Amino acid sequence: MDATELPGAGLVTATTISIVTAQKVAASVVDPEIPVLTIDDLGILRSVEIDQGRVIVTITPTYSGCPAMGQIENDIVTSFEKVGVEDVEVETVHFPAWSTDWISEDGHRKLSEFGVASPVPEPDVSCPRCDASAPRMIARFGSTACKALMVCSSCGEPFDYFKQF
Amino acid sequence: MTNEIASTAPQGTPAPEPPDRIMTLLAYADDNMVLAQRLGELISNAPELEIDIALGNITLDHLGVARALYTHAANTEGEGRTEDDLAMFRTERDYTNLLLVEQPSGDFAHTMVRQLFFDAYQMELWKDLSVSIDPTLGGIAAKAFKEATYHMRFSSGWVLRLGDGTEESHRRTQDGVDALWQYTSEMFEGEAGKYRSAWTTAMETAFVEANLEFPSDPYQRTGGRGGFHTEHLGFLLSEMQWMQRSYPGLVW
Repeated sequence: MDATELPGAGLVTATTISIVTAQKVAASVVDPEIPVLTIDDLGILRSVEIDQGRVIVTITPTYSGCPAMGQIENDIVTSFEKVGVEDVEVETVHFPAWSTDWISEDGHRKLSEFGVASPVPEPDVSCPRCDASAPRMIARFGSTACKALMVCSSCGEPFDYFKQF
Repeated sequence: MTNEIASTAPQGTPAPEPPDRIMTLLAYADDNMVLAQRLGELISNAPELEIDIALGNITLDHLGVARALYTHAANTEGEGRTEDDLAMFRTERDYTNLLLVEQPSGDFAHTMVRQLFFDAYQMELWKDLSVSIDPTLGGIAAKAFKEATYHMRFSSGWVLRLGDGTEESHRRTQDGVDALWQYTSEMFEGEAGKYRSAWTTAMETAFVEANLEFPSDPYQRTGGRGGFHTEHLGFLLSEMQWMQRSYPGLVW
């Protein structure tokens, strides 16, 4: 049984949600462009607080131009609505600036499994499929702001590389 | 002693920010907003698919920096305005962007020269401001610096390829330099003068490699930071702001 199907789930209000639950709810929101990563894996979830019944989720943008930020804000609000919490505020902070160093180890592993080379220095990138080193850069600007396009020099597969920033 | 100092320290609400600080944030935001609009005009019109995607990515970065700065300016001002109010309801005379960024994109060589001039300036600006005493501005700048560095690899790479390429690509690139050079001194007015020497060095390196010449005409235009623009900005804003001007408050 899913947590949202538990008896009384719809009756939970902001005043009764615990900080631990609130943190879990916020941490489970996924990146809409790389759905294997949660915002916690990405390091963009900065804090979750409860102030007089209101849940305040603080996030920080990845790249300045990442169009997913708006979607992530909406998804956070929706995730809390699903557990009956409606008084949610999403705040964006710019300091300190996010960097790919904040992506968790788990995040690195999930990226590789998803077929995206994780953000290591460019010369150290290896093919997420066959693990061969020294792939070739095809385009520094890839399908999203965070990715470049590379091709494996061994198996010949093109793949996304999460740019180190 | 400590207590005495503490007791004389200002109490209650902090003093409002001086308007020149907000003006500075708006000027930097306007630069990025206007250039984003110019680059956005090229989407689906770039010479190759990869370049189209690259220009789209660069556009998004500039737009993102503009949005963060507008929001920060609005919050600093504290009068309830939003990023949208600042971008969509200020007129040509209110915009204080550099004249360089409002210049039409022209051909691809011209677009890349404009980008190179601006990227090299932005790198110096953001590097400097990333240690700002204003932490929010510092955070925005730290990220924008990395992005400007990435953009400059693209613009300087293309200026090199085109400048040192065929006879025609060289001519077009030099034409771009000759046309846009008059808008470069404006980047270094006032306090920004400290960025000029690093910028000039970067240009010397790029020009030598790309076989380009510095224009001999010393004429320089200015006025953007004071809200006096070339005729191009009015047309750009009228297109960019059309929807909000026609249907104020419209949301997606």
